[in-house]
Amino acid sequence: MSFGEIIDRLFSFAGTGDLLSLDFVQQSLIAGALLALIAGALGPLVVARQVSFAVHGTSELTFTGAAAALLVSSSLVSIGALVGAVAAALVFGLLGLRERERDSVIGAVLAFGLGLGGLFLWLYPGRSSNQLSLLFGQIVAVSRNDLWLLGGCAAAVLAVLALVWRPLLFASMDADVARARGVPVRALSMVFAGLIGVATGLAVPTVGALLVLALLITPGAAAARVTANPVTALLLATLFAEVAVIGGIVLSLAPGAPISGYVTAISFLIYLGCRAIGAARLRGTGRRALSTASA
Amino acid sequence: MSLLDTARTGQAIRRSAPSAAPSVRLHGARLAYGHRVLWDELDLDVAPGEFLAVLGPNGSGKTSLLKVLLGLQPLSAGTVEIAGRQVRRGNRSVGYIPQQRAMDPTLTLRGRDLVRLGLDGHRWGFGLPSARRRARVDEALDAVGALGYADAPVGLLSGGEQQRLRVAQALVGDPDVLLCDEPLASLDLAHQRAVSDLIDARRRATDTAVLFVTHEINSMLSAVDRVLYLVDGRFRIGTPDEVMNSATLSELYRTEVEVISVQGRVLVVGAYQDDDPHHVAEPRTSGAR
Repeated sequence: MSFGEIIDRLFSFAGTGDLLSLDFVQQSLIAGALLALIAGALGPLVVARQVSFAVHGTSELTFTGAAAALLVSSSLVSIGALVGAVAAALVFGLLGLRERERDSVIGAVLAFGLGLGGLFLWLYPGRSSNQLSLLFGQIVAVSRNDLWLLGGCAAAVLAVLALVWRPLLFASMDADVARARGVPVRALSMVFAGLIGVATGLAVPTVGALLVLALLITPGAAAARVTANPVTALLLATLFAEVAVIGGIVLSLAPGAPISGYVTAISFLIYLGCRAIGAARLRGTGRRALSTASA
Repeated sequence: MSLLDTARTGQAIRRSAPSAAPSVRLHGARLAYGHRVLWDELDLDVAPGEFLAVLGPNGSGKTSLLKVLLGLQPLSAGTVEIAGRQVRRGNRSVGYIPQQRAMDPTLTLRGRDLVRLGLDGHRWGFGLPSARRRARVDEALDAVGALGYADAPVGLLSGGEQQRLRVAQALVGDPDVLLCDEPLASLDLAHQRAVSDLIDARRRATDTAVLFVTHEINSMLSAVDRVLYLVDGRFRIGTPDEVMNSATLSELYRTEVEVISVQGRVLVVGAYQDDDPHHVAEPRTSGAR
């Protein structure tokens, strides 16, 4: 296949308009938008708290939970994913409170969970496309029931995030002083783990375990490069996640390709752009710092 | 030692004023981890507006004392009160300034966000924009001369700038007691001076009691009213002259310690047994490690 043919296959808009009018496409767009909303809102805090690896671990164990549920019944996948994700996130939250141990604990549990999930998939007698979709996503298969679950959980995540926003920000950015001021830093760390668990559990069956990072981490990391205002970072990360997901779904329609490649590519391009802008900004402030060094 | 004389006179005036409960009161206080007793039978009253330096070698329980006052560490015995009331976690009348630590340059936090967290970071909810809150944060930033870099990412600021923000963060809630946990460590002399002057000016203006844990008393010697010196479970409380002399420190350290005054600075020689010996020769060193 020549390069031109590959490009033609990857970027085709023949029939995109027709596809957009289909019910299941619209449902998947709504699902993607909801996922991007919560992932974008949580992203900057994931980055600030330096728990990217824990999010990765959670998404892998979500895969394990979903694979186990698939063995019982394919209708239980969403619930299985949610239960697996929240359990994993809380375990990481509890075990990983000591910073030095955090990485090794997650690595050990993650590897075990991934292996176990592979075994569950091997035991599963059904079609292998179901199996792969847990890793790479199957957003076009979002049902109306899934949408209700997604919408309800997204609303709950955003409500809890708004409720704990200030102390959570305090604990994430400035833990020592937050503790001294009476902020329940440990409890908030568990609350945040729970939110990450729910977001991951919702995302894995729809966008896949491997894609979760592109939504929960990349937009937040990109936003942190261009702004230091925590609220602006939250809004930007949400915007970036929405652009990546909606853009990825639309681009993937006509070629009929998996959305993961498109979503991760857009997300990554935004990240690179933000890094470039951030580097330029840093040089600017570097000059400022020199000129006010005596202050 | 004219600086010390001035400080003592200032203290005498403040003490003669009629005052209610002391800002901090420890009575028969004991803190022990297992068999290790950090301090015992500690009686200490800190008056409103008083500046108390807490000195002592590492592991002598200086930071633990602050934890007790923050309500994060219960006493093994005795009582502790802040402004006449039992200590509790999250007491709004207590401000806290930590040691300066490196912050990630991409941390999504500006100077004004850091100060704002000191005002309402403990509260639930999102905290919608408010003109009154903004004015209070601006006022606190202005008081420490940090308005110029209030919108810069905190991770890009110098250690001195960050510590000015820390002072604003601790003071924006108008505390009655200010607890400082070595806020000047890792700052150069000029910044040490500037930050301790800010704290000194504030406690004189608003009668805020200051407990200042430090290794280095010289940058604030003119401000210090009294010293609490902790060594191996023993302690002395008194004016800098009463505590920072060869006889008292030799008794505390139970070894020959010499205190030398050079150009208004106090150098303590011989207080470290196994520490770096040439440390003593450095001008910043007080020996109060």
